[in-house]
Amino acid sequence: MSSANYTTTEMMTIAASRLLKNGAVCFVGIGLPSTAANLARLTHAPDIVLIYESGPIGAKPEVLPLSIGDGDLAERADTVVSTPEIFRYWLQGGRVDVGFLGAAQIDKFANINTTVIGNYMRPTTRLPGAGGAPEIASCAKEVVLVLKQSARAFVKKLDFLTSVGYLNGGEARKKLALPGKGPVAVVTDLCIMKPDEITKELTVTQMHPGIARDQVTKATGWEVKFASDLKETGAPMEEELRVLRDLLHRTAVAHGQAPAA
Amino acid sequence: MAEITSLQNAIRAHVHDGDTVAMEGFTHLIPFAAGHEVIRQRRKNLTLIRMTPDVIYDQLIGAGCAKKLIFSWGGNPGVGSLHRLRDAVEKDWPAPLGIQEHGHGDLSNAYVAGAANLPFAVLRAYAGSELPQHNKNIRFIECPFTGEKLAAVPAIRPDVTVIHAQKADHKGNVLLWGILGVQKEAVLAAKRAIVTVEEIVDDLNASPNACVLPSWILSAVCHVPGGARPSYAHGYYDRDNRFYQAWDEISRDREIFLNWTRKHILETEDFVAFQRLLNESIKEQIV
Repeated sequence: MSSANYTTTEMMTIAASRLLKNGAVCFVGIGLPSTAANLARLTHAPDIVLIYESGPIGAKPEVLPLSIGDGDLAERADTVVSTPEIFRYWLQGGRVDVGFLGAAQIDKFANINTTVIGNYMRPTTRLPGAGGAPEIASCAKEVVLVLKQSARAFVKKLDFLTSVGYLNGGEARKKLALPGKGPVAVVTDLCIMKPDEITKELTVTQMHPGIARDQVTKATGWEVKFASDLKETGAPMEEELRVLRDLLHRTAVAHGQAPAA
Repeated sequence: MAEITSLQNAIRAHVHDGDTVAMEGFTHLIPFAAGHEVIRQRRKNLTLIRMTPDVIYDQLIGAGCAKKLIFSWGGNPGVGSLHRLRDAVEKDWPAPLGIQEHGHGDLSNAYVAGAANLPFAVLRAYAGSELPQHNKNIRFIECPFTGEKLAAVPAIRPDVTVIHAQKADHKGNVLLWGILGVQKEAVLAAKRAIVTVEEIVDDLNASPNACVLPSWILSAVCHVPGGARPSYAHGYYDRDNRFYQAWDEISRDREIFLNWTRKHILETEDFVAFQRLLNESIKEQIV
């Protein structure tokens, strides 16, 4: 049963979770990617292997981590290794199927910025920085990006290219000879974009229910293209919503942000 | 052999003005008590290294202890920005802060190279990224065997590394577990190392493959229960998420930050007094 009562953020999280296959090894960023990956684990992908950069492999957190190194991640993991080992043996070693990331800015070739807004030496906004993203973008077999869509975030030109997508498009990434094939999907609160097979330009392939084309156009800083066989995302199923809301509620309770009742 | 001593003595003896200091702990076991003692002893011109600067370096930067930061992710985990770090980078307050920026894979590899006494680390990353344009310490080399282009970063060799751990024995052997981050590598890469511990026990009862740092690679071991608060110590206490959220307010405004730091760190005798005062402040807020 699909439901009519949901938010666009819930739709984004659920659409992202559906892209993760059962049994996939997934390197998870904190925030939206972590929410979507755990939703996948609790619904259609019980055997998904979640890896967090702080060291847990096969993490099965009871509540969503507030930080990338919460104790619950370690407590319920198959094993916990050091941070150098995570990056050297597991990510660079070629054992990660999907890198699941967020970003502050993205361009039409799915390059991302998590470093600064404005000039690097004199930024108007200093963002947290690279974290594990440059290595994940290089080495994960595929990358899925999740972020809310707005013209401020989906820009014509990045203020800083932190982690590489398809660079200038076409064959540009291939020439870099990176082990991973790059971003395969960008999931937003309005739609899903995928890189065009030839040009690698992000193209809207799927619209979430009730979203109009001009909403997507207005929320994109470049002249966004729509696929000729544009599809509609299936509305959230009641089960997906129930699991997601339960997860978010017990997370809020555990972190002291909501009453237990 | 590590000297078992007070935190005050350890910081006085091993952390000097102008030193390159690494305080590690990946969300877990962050050496907050040691960070406070560095502020209390008013160290200056430090080059601070840390993968995830977190609230501990926000405090040190805002208090004017740092001239440079080497890092890979600088935020308040689960909350947002580090306001003191941003104020230093964006507006030079309280002093200009040089930054040298890496990614996690790169910086953790640089610690490994330091621990191994190699000049540099190699990794597969940064092709296409703009970071190498702004950090001259990220360069590219050609593999002598395959010709592949790889990123290289110089080894990290801190003057002193400071970490927090769960247990030490009376000889100063240290045991830590849970999320280990880069603590072992950071200790082995450094000239000197200070470890604060939750407790000192007769026997570590460590399994053969446990992460034990032998006393003879450490400079000082200090008994500081709760020394990682408001971060957490696996098996001892949870992360105080409320403090991380409160820090957003405390650190946002320069005056509020200065008053908080003066009252809670500079004018308290040690971390025990700090924790007592902090608990009182929390109670007052609730009342």
